[in-house]
Amino acid sequence: MKKLLIITLWLPMFALAAGGVDIKVQAPINVNDHASLQRGARTFINNCLNCHSANYMRYNRLLDIGLSKQEIEENLLFAADKIGDTMQVAMDPADAKKWFGVAPPDLTLAVRAKGADWIYAYMRGFYKDDTTPSGWNNVVFDKVAMPHVLYELQGEQVLNHETHALELAKPGKLSPSEYNAYVGDLVNYMAYMAEPAKAQRQRIGLWVLLFLGVLLVLMKKLKAAYWKDIK
Amino acid sequence: MAEKKQETDMLTATVGWIDRRFPLTSTIKAHLTEYYAPKNFNFWYFFGSLAMLVLVMQILTGIFLTMHYKPSATEAFASVEYIMRDVFGGNIIRYMHSTGASMFFLVVYLHMFRGIIYGSYRAPRELIWLFGVGIFLVLMGEAFFGYLLPWGQMSYWGAQVITSLFGTVPFIGPDIAEWIRGDYLTSDATLNRFFAFHVIALPLVLLGLVMVHLVALHEVGSNNPDGVEIKEKKDKKTGIPLDGIPFHPYYTVKDLLGVVVFLMVFAAIVFFAPEMGGYFLEHNNFIPADSLKTPEHIAPVWYFTPYYSILRAIPPIMNSQFPGVAAMGLSVMVFALLPWLDRSPVKSIRYRGTLYKRWLAAFVVSFFVLGYLGTVPSNVWGQFGDWAGGADVATVVARVFTAVYFLFFILMPWYTARDKTKPVPERVTYK
Repeated sequence: MKKLLIITLWLPMFALAAGGVDIKVQAPINVNDHASLQRGARTFINNCLNCHSANYMRYNRLLDIGLSKQEIEENLLFAADKIGDTMQVAMDPADAKKWFGVAPPDLTLAVRAKGADWIYAYMRGFYKDDTTPSGWNNVVFDKVAMPHVLYELQGEQVLNHETHALELAKPGKLSPSEYNAYVGDLVNYMAYMAEPAKAQRQRIGLWVLLFLGVLLVLMKKLKAAYWKDIK
Repeated sequence: MAEKKQETDMLTATVGWIDRRFPLTSTIKAHLTEYYAPKNFNFWYFFGSLAMLVLVMQILTGIFLTMHYKPSATEAFASVEYIMRDVFGGNIIRYMHSTGASMFFLVVYLHMFRGIIYGSYRAPRELIWLFGVGIFLVLMGEAFFGYLLPWGQMSYWGAQVITSLFGTVPFIGPDIAEWIRGDYLTSDATLNRFFAFHVIALPLVLLGLVMVHLVALHEVGSNNPDGVEIKEKKDKKTGIPLDGIPFHPYYTVKDLLGVVVFLMVFAAIVFFAPEMGGYFLEHNNFIPADSLKTPEHIAPVWYFTPYYSILRAIPPIMNSQFPGVAAMGLSVMVFALLPWLDRSPVKSIRYRGTLYKRWLAAFVVSFFVLGYLGTVPSNVWGQFGDWAGGADVATVVARVFTAVYFLFFILMPWYTARDKTKPVPERVTYK
């Protein structure tokens, strides 16, 4: 079992050695880390929500990750009037399609559809490419229509076509490890947003299993009591 | 003390009043307290009662989902997310229903396998088996119709692919496909009729079939791991089979134990891994249906993949995909023929020879290999070199195992008759 665990932990390293791209690693997901979720929520609302909606996510869900009603209303409620509203986007999908060639998808369930690791890699996989309309390309999503929104923070990466590795050509405001943590919080929040009740579900699950465990003992005794005279 | 006596008197009087108007006591006796089941049921005999349990759970959770779900192409996806987020307990009810679908197939497959290894389909139980195959077919329809309802990409394109299969029928195919969908493509009209089939039409048929399955079973009595008829050795005085025990309380308490173990597995999935790594809930189904964007890889849910593999394995003949579709249909229907294909003098695998066991093993292996291959694209194992025309390795493997799958049935009359069997005991073996 321990061996298996060690092998699993090393798998990302093998992928790295084989592909030469150092971004395909496990995303730092911990939906119980409220501080990380709060930072990620801020990043999401300030950056992503300008173009992408999160139509199934209500602002007041953020109460669950430790933000107060006042904090949400004062700092995060730009695109909606009421705290019970969902995270709509002001941009008209028709306009978006005209500007980007494709309407930006709703992100509520992005982590469930694509996986947190993919989004973590995607957010770190942008590089300069003059052949695309936006001037940006991405190693996990070739010719993506979305420009690199966080380039000021990450800086400009280029793709070394010989080694297929990303190289930081122009540093941004954040160091690479700071940027990884920044995007890590964002992806963590998106994982939370994809299924806000996950932690609660798992808590209930423990009680259910505990109850069934007790029931199991009783049922075993009941069965044995009835069956003792069957020969 | 006097009070207690009065109470029992009242109970007896009430039951007597009912019995004079409705066969209450006699039904309970015939099907529970005086229904004698062989005492040597083993692990494999849990899955019939578990299938009933899952059926009841699916109906109950389904009723609650229907209270909030909207069968409309513009609202369906959002209404499922509404259930997942805003309905109290909605996420757990939904996961119970989606997990229940997969677990239904799991227990039904194990239940069918039990029937196969112990020869429970043999005379005089052919009708029980046929009703069972009917239940299996209706269950497949039920799962297929239900899978469209969340209106995700996999829902949509899965339905599109399966309805297109009917389009391959020569001459009338395209008209049939259009008639089933109610539109040129899978659309709102399709969603509405699939909803009707899923929540009322097929569940009614399913319940009816389950009832006749049980009535037929209780008429002839249960088979057992030895394949011995317990009714042939009865107590001379009471007329009760010597190896039989009343279903209630013996098997009710035993099945309750099975129920608790099953629920522990079920709860572990519902609460801790409802997606089951994409096998119970596919990742692409969290993207709303888009009729303009075909997903790169369309795979059915795991319980359909063996048959889907067979569909893909059969090459088109004269530019028609119909042979593949026909083979897929046959691969499911062929189970109905088992009672007449098996010519062994014994029922149970315990007394069969190695020839049968080898064929059965080959069938089980092909079922699993085909099941796996149905979940992945056909280029998953690369291609053969030019010497083989660059054919996909996985496709060739699927063809071989499709052949094995069908040969298990086609050659059964031959190898079961030729097999060297062991003598069957007079009475069941217990401990």
